[in-house]
Amino acid sequence: MMIIGPVGFAAPWLLLALVALPILWIILRAIPPAPLRQRFPGVALLLGLQDDEAVSDRTPWWLLLLRMLAVAAMIIGLAGPILNPDDNAEAADGPLLVVLDGSWAGASRWTQAMDAVDSELRRAGAAGREVALLHMADPEAGTFQAANTVTARLAGLAPQPWQPASLDQVTAALPEGAFETVWFSDGLDYPARADILTALQERGPVRVTQTGASVVALAPARYEDGTVQLTARRSIPGPERGVTILAQGRDPAGNAAILATANAVFDDGALEAETALALPAELRARITRFEVQATRSAGAVTLVDDSLRRREIALIAGREGREGLELLSPLHYLERALVETADLLDGSLSDVLPANPDVIVLADVATLSGGEAQDITEWVDNGGLLVRFAGPRVAASDISRAEEDPLMPVRLRSGGRSVGGAMSWGSPKTLAPFRENSPFFGLELPDDVAVTAQVMAQPDPTLAERVIAELSDGTPLVTRKRSGQGQIVLFHVTANAEWSTLPLSGLFVEMLERLAISSTASQPVAEDLEGTVWTPEIVMDGFGSLRDAGALPGVAGPKLVTDPAGPSLLPGVYTSGDRSLARNVLTADATLVAASWPADVPVSGLTNSPPQPLGGVLLSLAIALLLVDVIASLALSGRLTGGLRGSRTASVAVALALAFPTAEARAQTTEDEALGAAAEVVLAHVITGDRQLDEIAEAGLRGLSDTLFFRTSVEPADPVAVNLETDELAFFPMLYWPITPDQPRPSREAYAKLNDYLRSGGLILFDTRDGDIAGFGAASPNGRKLQDLAAPLDIPALEPVPRDHVLTRTFYLLQDFPGRYMNGEVWVEAAPPGAEQIEGMPFRNLNDGVTPVVIGGNDWAAAWAVTSTGQAMLPVGRGFGGERQRELAYRFGVNLVMHVLTGNYKSDQVHVPALLDRLGQ
Amino acid sequence: MGDVQFVREREWQIAQSVMLWVDQGAAMRFASAPDLPTKADRARVLSLAIAILLIRGGERVGLTGTALPPRRGNAQILRLAEMFSEDAADDYAPPEHRAMIPHARALFVSDFMGDIEAVKLALTKAADRGVRGVLYHVLDPAEEAFPFRGRTIFESVGGTLEHETLKASELKDRYLSRLAARKDELQKLCSVAGWQYGLHHTGSSAQSGLLWLWRALDGGVART
Repeated sequence: MMIIGPVGFAAPWLLLALVALPILWIILRAIPPAPLRQRFPGVALLLGLQDDEAVSDRTPWWLLLLRMLAVAAMIIGLAGPILNPDDNAEAADGPLLVVLDGSWAGASRWTQAMDAVDSELRRAGAAGREVALLHMADPEAGTFQAANTVTARLAGLAPQPWQPASLDQVTAALPEGAFETVWFSDGLDYPARADILTALQERGPVRVTQTGASVVALAPARYEDGTVQLTARRSIPGPERGVTILAQGRDPAGNAAILATANAVFDDGALEAETALALPAELRARITRFEVQATRSAGAVTLVDDSLRRREIALIAGREGREGLELLSPLHYLERALVETADLLDGSLSDVLPANPDVIVLADVATLSGGEAQDITEWVDNGGLLVRFAGPRVAASDISRAEEDPLMPVRLRSGGRSVGGAMSWGSPKTLAPFRENSPFFGLELPDDVAVTAQVMAQPDPTLAERVIAELSDGTPLVTRKRSGQGQIVLFHVTANAEWSTLPLSGLFVEMLERLAISSTASQPVAEDLEGTVWTPEIVMDGFGSLRDAGALPGVAGPKLVTDPAGPSLLPGVYTSGDRSLARNVLTADATLVAASWPADVPVSGLTNSPPQPLGGVLLSLAIALLLVDVIASLALSGRLTGGLRGSRTASVAVALALAFPTAEARAQTTEDEALGAAAEVVLAHVITGDRQLDEIAEAGLRGLSDTLFFRTSVEPADPVAVNLETDELAFFPMLYWPITPDQPRPSREAYAKLNDYLRSGGLILFDTRDGDIAGFGAASPNGRKLQDLAAPLDIPALEPVPRDHVLTRTFYLLQDFPGRYMNGEVWVEAAPPGAEQIEGMPFRNLNDGVTPVVIGGNDWAAAWAVTSTGQAMLPVGRGFGGERQRELAYRFGVNLVMHVLTGNYKSDQVHVPALLDRLGQ
Repeated sequence: MGDVQFVREREWQIAQSVMLWVDQGAAMRFASAPDLPTKADRARVLSLAIAILLIRGGERVGLTGTALPPRRGNAQILRLAEMFSEDAADDYAPPEHRAMIPHARALFVSDFMGDIEAVKLALTKAADRGVRGVLYHVLDPAEEAFPFRGRTIFESVGGTLEHETLKASELKDRYLSRLAARKDELQKLCSVAGWQYGLHHTGSSAQSGLLWLWRALDGGVART
């Protein structure tokens, strides 16, 4: 291969042919364009004539240049030029292992990485090396295969939303034997990397390809001091750089939308950029994830769980107004427990309910009014969480005594009980460990929680499953039941410290959290989640796209927090009961460390300029130039335009010019046509789409127009073809409409136009052209088509032309109306029922106006049709009889046009004697 | 004696002989466009039509020369048609002027692109014998328009003549003036010999051509 600049040549010897170009120049220059042979009898007159000037006996220089360029392009194209040839490919052989980190960190540059892998594979393929591919985030045992086999697998590779696996997994997946390794690194360090490198180096040399750009990721969002704190991290301290963080969520209509944006700026040399987003609670609750704009990577997305969602909790107490006794207030401890993590609503139940809070806490509220109870029941059924605390009032009331109250989880025994008091035997009870099916399972029991009084649940068959916390003696402490989509929880003690010390302990807060009454402000630690199982709802792939988790198995709570992400722990949103927890790629305290490589490992960038063969481009250029040469040569020899042979080219050019008329020109033409049609009598025919038929129709109307011109005072202009869809019909006294079985049906607008035309005095001559009984003998295809076409038209009742119809005498006296066919009946608008023969009158007084349609099948246009020289186009009948028939056809046409133009005028004429008679003459 | 009236017969009606000559040369077998008839076709159609009309009128019709002397009767039409269907190989056939019947009528149909001397000779001989008639000049529209451009080799239909030009459009004016001169010459010859000259293009209707011919042979009233 020879390399000139950035271009290499596969067959450089072919370039020697360029030397021949000047010779070609001389040869081409001498050859004039080839002559055209033309047969011409008048050549006898040409003999002896000399050309005045000797033009184009030599090819002009620009045409020569064009040809030289074409030839040069062809020569160079055939020499196999390649842009960015692989001159740097090491002459290595033996198997090659391509290693991909394939983690989320490389997702944003995945396509470049794949291109680089592809060109690496192509080089290996060209060198005949066998290749194996190892995707470290998702290792599979690899074997060495042909490069193109591996290339086919590239499209199926995707980055994974976790960091590469441990050393063991990787070494297990390594192929046998010694090999060279190319490592496409994502640029991020991870624990096993150094070990894997060592393992690979034992098998052969290792090259690393790694982008120099920094990996940007987003730490989980935190809610602090009324704002959402967002932290972006990068792996390489670089110059100052800003990133835009988008808050994605759903707008009130439920559509995905960007709810807010924030800009975070990495200071010069800083690895972290922080920004805060102050959002109203409503908006904040709708955020589902934050992502770094224009970075397609799982690390640049952080999912949002409950921690940003502040629940709205309405606190309602039964007794109020004992001023100064704050510690005894039934709501005091609740307020203190919840104020950090929830938005509290105050007010009466009827005020609070329309705000649709997430939780309503009823502390020692026994009875609710009927309306209130109904509203709350409805709210609970729609997903509300009703938390009730017992207290003296509840104990004293009859609520849920005989039968279970809808808003109580269990039936209660009257009076409650107190233990460990002055008047009782037992000591205060402590809590029993939580059972496995309890939402509190895993919470640690403090020793100092003691219950001195409680309300007792009636032993019911359903009681056991509704208890979620109980005392050491087995009596229920917290019971819960589902109601609709919501649930009702009853603490059998008070919300203050009157009956138990539970509200004083940290357990109380944790229990509220577990019940999803409050949400944690910070990420939970493993101990908090002991005993819980979390099922994934939405999981992320390496690109940060979300998908439904489907039937993925649940994850134990502590593992969710502590374990690194992997195939069994996908980043995503996990739920347990009513709580949700986001597991993000980047944990809150994780930092991004750029991968650093030992000095003996060569590292190259991702910049990838694969070899590009230029031959095709050059050869296409040569062909294009030769095409130009053809046109130029034709133009030069005068054959492009004009002349007999050139007429086709010219017509193509004209057709091209016609194909792009401007709208203005079109409008102008339409206006001119309309003016022409309105200024003269113009006969028109409907375009059927059958070209031959349209020609005959036009020729027929031309013949009729000529006849009218010669014989009558009607002097029509040239007939026109009418497109029912686009043309205005109002200018034409009559339309000739030949029927073919396959003509298109006009649109609704066209039918509306036709009906307007008929109502305003137009006449349509339908011609089925089959000599059949038109219109009503639907036996012929044309007849059926006519019925189909005319169905939407506003056509009155019809009858065959009566013998005294005005059509028989408007100009000629006729009794039948032949065209090319003789005997078909012609139908016109039926006479009104009152038309009667008057004594002494030769004609009845028939229609006042013009019949809107004339229907027949005699193929009149064919009989009328004349060529441009005025000769009859088609034969009619035989011999002289046929000419007579043609004459009668013309007479029918004349009568018809006269009828259209004069209406019933000829009818009136016959009344003249009677009128004169009446006037007393 | 004075009552006796004498009628002096001044005119004598007798069947006339009409001799036709239709150019059968190769140059006539030319049509510039596919939808135009060749000049030979048109010339033959016109000649045959006028022959039919004349025979219907009772005249004797035949060809100049000795091949088919004038006769009457419908059978002559078939013989004429047969003669017309023979093509000559030469490019330009000279008018047949032998065996002309004195004081007969004649009709020469050709494109007259060939040697004008032959025409001159034929007309002179005809005039010598008192033969009067019509010279009908049939041309293709392209021969009148000369719509050629660029480097062109013109060849005659028979292939005997050739003329090459590098710029055909340059030749147009000179060709047209030569054609006009040819027409002028023919007209002059006609007026000298007492013949009529008619020009017909294959692009126009044969009917009108026939009408003109009929009028021209009828009484010599028609003028071009």
